[in-house]
Amino acid sequence: MTATLRQDRTGAAVPGATPGPLRLCLVLSVLGLAVAFWANVAFGQYPIPPAAVWQAFLAPDPASVEQILVRTTRLPRAVIALLVGAALALSGVLMQTLTRNPLASPGIFGVNAGAVFAIVLATTFFTLQSQQQLVWLAFTGAAMAGGLVFALGSTRRDGLSPLRVVLAGVAITAFFTAFTQGMLVLGQEGLDSMLYWIAGSVANRPLEMVMPVLPYLGIAALVALLLAPHLDILLSGEEVARGLGQNVAALKVIICVTVVCLAGSAVAMAGNIGFVGLIVPHMVRVVTGNRHRWLLTLSALWGAILLLLADLLGRFLIAPQELPIGVVTALLGTPVFIQLARKGARHGG
Amino acid sequence: MVDELILRHRHASLSLPRRGLVAGLLAFALMLAVALLSLCMGHEWLSPGQVLAALAGRGEEEILFTVQTLRLPRVLMGIMVGAMLAVSGLVLQSLIRNPLASPDVTGVTGGASAAAVTFLMFFHGTLSIAFLPWFAIAGALVASLGLYLLAWNNGVSPMRLVLVGMGISAAMGAVTTFAIAASPLASTIGAYIWLTGSIYGAQWADVQALTPWCLLGLPMALGLIRHANAQELGDAVATGLGVRMHRTRLLLLLTSVLFAAPAVAYAGAVGFIGLIAPHIARRLAPRRFGALLPVSAATGAVILLLADLCGRTLFQPLDVPAGVFVSLVGAPFFLFLLYREAP
Repeated sequence: MTATLRQDRTGAAVPGATPGPLRLCLVLSVLGLAVAFWANVAFGQYPIPPAAVWQAFLAPDPASVEQILVRTTRLPRAVIALLVGAALALSGVLMQTLTRNPLASPGIFGVNAGAVFAIVLATTFFTLQSQQQLVWLAFTGAAMAGGLVFALGSTRRDGLSPLRVVLAGVAITAFFTAFTQGMLVLGQEGLDSMLYWIAGSVANRPLEMVMPVLPYLGIAALVALLLAPHLDILLSGEEVARGLGQNVAALKVIICVTVVCLAGSAVAMAGNIGFVGLIVPHMVRVVTGNRHRWLLTLSALWGAILLLLADLLGRFLIAPQELPIGVVTALLGTPVFIQLARKGARHGG
Repeated sequence: MVDELILRHRHASLSLPRRGLVAGLLAFALMLAVALLSLCMGHEWLSPGQVLAALAGRGEEEILFTVQTLRLPRVLMGIMVGAMLAVSGLVLQSLIRNPLASPDVTGVTGGASAAAVTFLMFFHGTLSIAFLPWFAIAGALVASLGLYLLAWNNGVSPMRLVLVGMGISAAMGAVTTFAIAASPLASTIGAYIWLTGSIYGAQWADVQALTPWCLLGLPMALGLIRHANAQELGDAVATGLGVRMHRTRLLLLLTSVLFAAPAVAYAGAVGFIGLIAPHIARRLAPRRFGALLPVSAATGAVILLLADLCGRTLFQPLDVPAGVFVSLVGAPFFLFLLYREAP
């Protein structure tokens, strides 16, 4: 089995750079991530000198305002942005490979909106006992919306064309968003929570938010990376995959569950942040081609970098106010979406 | 023909399909009935008799106030906004020859609301509110021209247009949130209205401001009936029939914008009416632009009135924006269309 895989992977003429430059790219991406993380912690309305950032961890001083700021505000924010970015980018890769649709992503297919809907529904009508429940709600909502799009795309024998599936996803997003808005108005929670859930934000979240999500997120990310060789095969067609001994149905189910865990975790932490899952895989594919081992790894890194920088940008664009991070990603992402739609419509129709 | 009613005059002739006439009258009657129901229902129930008396200016002071000052402007706004969005959708669907087109899907509503929110947040103090519709129209024009340019590739493929429109809508939504988040005033109430679309708190001043726009668009739409009918037959046939295609397309686009943008300026981005209303109208009336026009308008008004009625009566004392209810019906309908029209 492994032998066939390796042969297939090296034998196939795949576009993209050779492993050498890719390793360099990986190292640079890790460095870039470190820099973006540091910048996210250090810059803001109240700039913090680099030394103070380190000292907040190495030599804690309870009296220092700078250190408190780093530990309570900046660090959780950066950690959440990093995790959310990586999770969304990974789920984008998985969805694009699964559906063979360049426009697939958790934001566009309504998976995020479904997760937001489930969370807001539950918090409006019930009191949640723990963060754990929030995570499971997000998973349920994400699975519901994702299942709906998937069903619409596959109930006909020939299936809906990729572009129509996208439209279905947009309509499902509109549907769940309408519900969410209605409930937020009913709950009269104010504009903040509206912007938080619908536009997505990483600001003002305690680090405790991350802990219940982390195990699911970690396992899902690991599964995604382990799936890489199987994804390579799946992309060459279902018949080919079946012929090579893949259990395609099981593989698809695993991919779906992983996508739901990744997107649901991201939403539980930061609300609906769109376009990361769409644009990051496309950017990475320019470098790596469709080799999923590299595609997944670099997408996770670049997604994290993108969100860290988008968050940073959101702090400065309209200072002293802050722009929700989802608005920044939407402004960055829509030109890419339009370009992809124009290209896709030329082939698909 | 038997089922045509033909009116002739020295300068003009008009042929009315009888079925269209009947459908138009029925839709109009339904609209009046729903409007009356909206006037009756609310925080307290008023009998139709009381409402009619109050409309004529008779009755107790309190009822007069409720009907004339609180409910009537809201109902009139509902009728006008619903009708304008529906006609805008009908014109767009005819222009693009695509049943999935509507002002919100193609970004026209998005452009209008982004511009309107920008106006409300940054220029409200310095400029008169009378400029609001102009801003909305400018925004809608920019969005629709951008759409046309981006989607153009030796003709406009319908799917491509809708997809690019979705992208433009998303961008405009981001701009709208941007404007709300960046505004120094951060008027939360205004933001709510803009995010979902509502005719909450409509006043006579709003009705007066919107009426001219409604009347302005009407002759344009009526004047375009012939061209729109020919245009739907396809570029080649229409050109053969003597329609100047580019001019007609531009005029149709302009009409659509002129109807949608002022409605959005006063009621926010109510989604899906421009999509659903023309479809329902096509079920009721013969497929002719002249017959579809009034039926779509009345249907749109009915939809918005019903949504608003649900919004203000179901969850009293809270007032849920009408846009929520329209989306709850509209999104599944869109899915249904998508599914049915799939090749």
